Amino acid sequence: MNLRRLGSRSLIHIILIVNTVLVLYPMFMMGLSAFKSTREIFSNPFGLPNTWSLENFAKVWAQTNFPLYFRNSVLVTGGSISIILVLGVMAAYGLARYKFRGNEFLYLFFLSGLMLPLRLAVIPLFVQLRDMGLTNSHLGLMFIYGAQGLPAAVFILTGFLKALPAEIEDAARIDGASEFRILWSIMLPLIRPALVIVAIYNLVPIWNDFFFPLVFIQSENLKTLPLGLTVFMGQYSTDWAVLFAGLTLAAVPVIIIYVIMSKQFIAGLTAGAVK
Amino acid sequence: MAEVVLDKVYKRFGSVTAVQDFNLEIKDEEFMVFVGPSGCGKTTTLRMIAGLEEISDGTLRIGERVVNDVPPKDRDIAMVFQNYALYPHMNVYQNMSFGLRLRKTPKAEVDQRVKEAAQILQIEHLLERRPRELSGGQRQRVALGRAIVREPKVFLMDEPLSNLDAKLRVEMRASISKLHRRLGVTTVYVTHDQVEAMTMGSRIVVMKDGLIQQVDSPINLYDKPVNKFVAGFMGSPAMNFLTGTAQDGYIKSTHFDVKPDAELTQKLTKHNGKKVFMGIRPENLGLKGHTEIVEADNAIKATIEVVEPLGAETIIIASVGGDENVVAKVDAHAPVRVGDQVELLADPARIQAFGMEDERNIRFE
Repeated sequence: MNLRRLGSRSLIHIILIVNTVLVLYPMFMMGLSAFKSTREIFSNPFGLPNTWSLENFAKVWAQTNFPLYFRNSVLVTGGSISIILVLGVMAAYGLARYKFRGNEFLYLFFLSGLMLPLRLAVIPLFVQLRDMGLTNSHLGLMFIYGAQGLPAAVFILTGFLKALPAEIEDAARIDGASEFRILWSIMLPLIRPALVIVAIYNLVPIWNDFFFPLVFIQSENLKTLPLGLTVFMGQYSTDWAVLFAGLTLAAVPVIIIYVIMSKQFIAGLTAGAVK
Repeated sequence: MAEVVLDKVYKRFGSVTAVQDFNLEIKDEEFMVFVGPSGCGKTTTLRMIAGLEEISDGTLRIGERVVNDVPPKDRDIAMVFQNYALYPHMNVYQNMSFGLRLRKTPKAEVDQRVKEAAQILQIEHLLERRPRELSGGQRQRVALGRAIVREPKVFLMDEPLSNLDAKLRVEMRASISKLHRRLGVTTVYVTHDQVEAMTMGSRIVVMKDGLIQQVDSPINLYDKPVNKFVAGFMGSPAMNFLTGTAQDGYIKSTHFDVKPDAELTQKLTKHNGKKVFMGIRPENLGLKGHTEIVEADNAIKATIEVVEPLGAETIIIASVGGDENVVAKVDAHAPVRVGDQVELLADPARIQAFGMEDERNIRFE
């Protein structure tokens, strides 16, 4: 029995280790290559760099539009996640805690969005945004990401909000809290883990998205990082060294946010468990 | 301080009527208990008083004001819930002061009122803790504290003790009674536990299927139940019911032929020949030869099936004719053994009789 448990446990660990290597190795390579020159990348692709030179990073930061792209990405990602969280919380709260006709239908309507790949609708989407004058603008992108993220957000948040005991809401109502106050001071703190899940779930895909900026953004000064970094890939030559440095710089903030939020998420989970 | 008056109050959920024709006047400073089996509408009524459920019909008055359409926060009430409903992410101090802070009470006053309430409830040392770090009894005290800092006109309590273990429940029962005496606030208390109702209430409302059965003081409910339901619900062990036939003022069956006191005998003559339930409480039965109850046409023949010696007294469960049981409290030193054929004497003044169909107490017709 004990031996069997040990066996299955080591199997799980082997799978996890392999998975970790598979995920981390490309990032590791990216990080290493960022310190090499393009020539060195080809002559010595897998080894450590000869010198740990920060030249590529300096070049990316000073000689390209990287700071601009970075700012655009932060703006678009931040704005989109704000839209998803604010609208998602309000929609989920209404669906989870108020009884009204069509409640179930609305909920299913939101869920149906989960099954719709937004990319397939890119042409009607383009026409619509063009008519609204939102092509080539950050706001247009945020709306698209908002629409894309809402179904999952509503799904996750509704589940969490439904699970909160009705008495807490009643108690707050008797204590004199308005509907908004109940949501803000009582419900939101209690579903913080769910908010973090929604934020994490949306953060990486939006930050890394290449498709929608490619379709909707034309102006150089509005480009986001994934789109902007393609300028290093020319038709005839690509400055791999600078590209890798740019990619590394682009990845660092998301990784940091991810780590911080994961901790919050786990803390939230355990806090709920012993309650 | 205020009285609460419910006038012909109804509550309907779709086609289901949860509470009907509820008329009650709760006096200022009274401790009113709603008691009944689950689903009888007692909690619904409480929630209507709180404003958490809409009133389908009728009027509700708190003090001078009709509050049918007043939101809970403006009714000047405080409520204590069965599962405490503390805010898990706030510490005890924040929990207790939440209502006051929402009302923009000056900080110094909030502080003073919370400290005072904490002192009354002996939870001063817990103010910095979160609810999850507290025991059940402590949480219940905090929930009470949250109610009393508000200094409301009416306290509403929804089975506040049913999540506690037996010992703590007895303790908290006394604390709440003491608190009520000290603060003198009108209180409405919902419970399904008739012992709680008996020990705490200045008056008790017994409910069943959304209807008030009887409103009275604990002792009157016990001694003068208006119908079979109230008689059976109040008291533990419960009142015994034996089927018999009314005949010339007697209640007869093959195993007994009992003559109640003059009052009931006279009322029974109107039911001549009809089947009735004879009701008698376990403590109003005695074992022939070992009781102060005098034998006078009041013996019930029974066979002892279970003997439960409790020390101060002995509970016996005995079969009457095979298909009915009686429970009797007898002298602790009475010689009883399982299988014994005995005669149990019923106290004539304590015998109740209920109509077979309407189940109303014939004594009060």
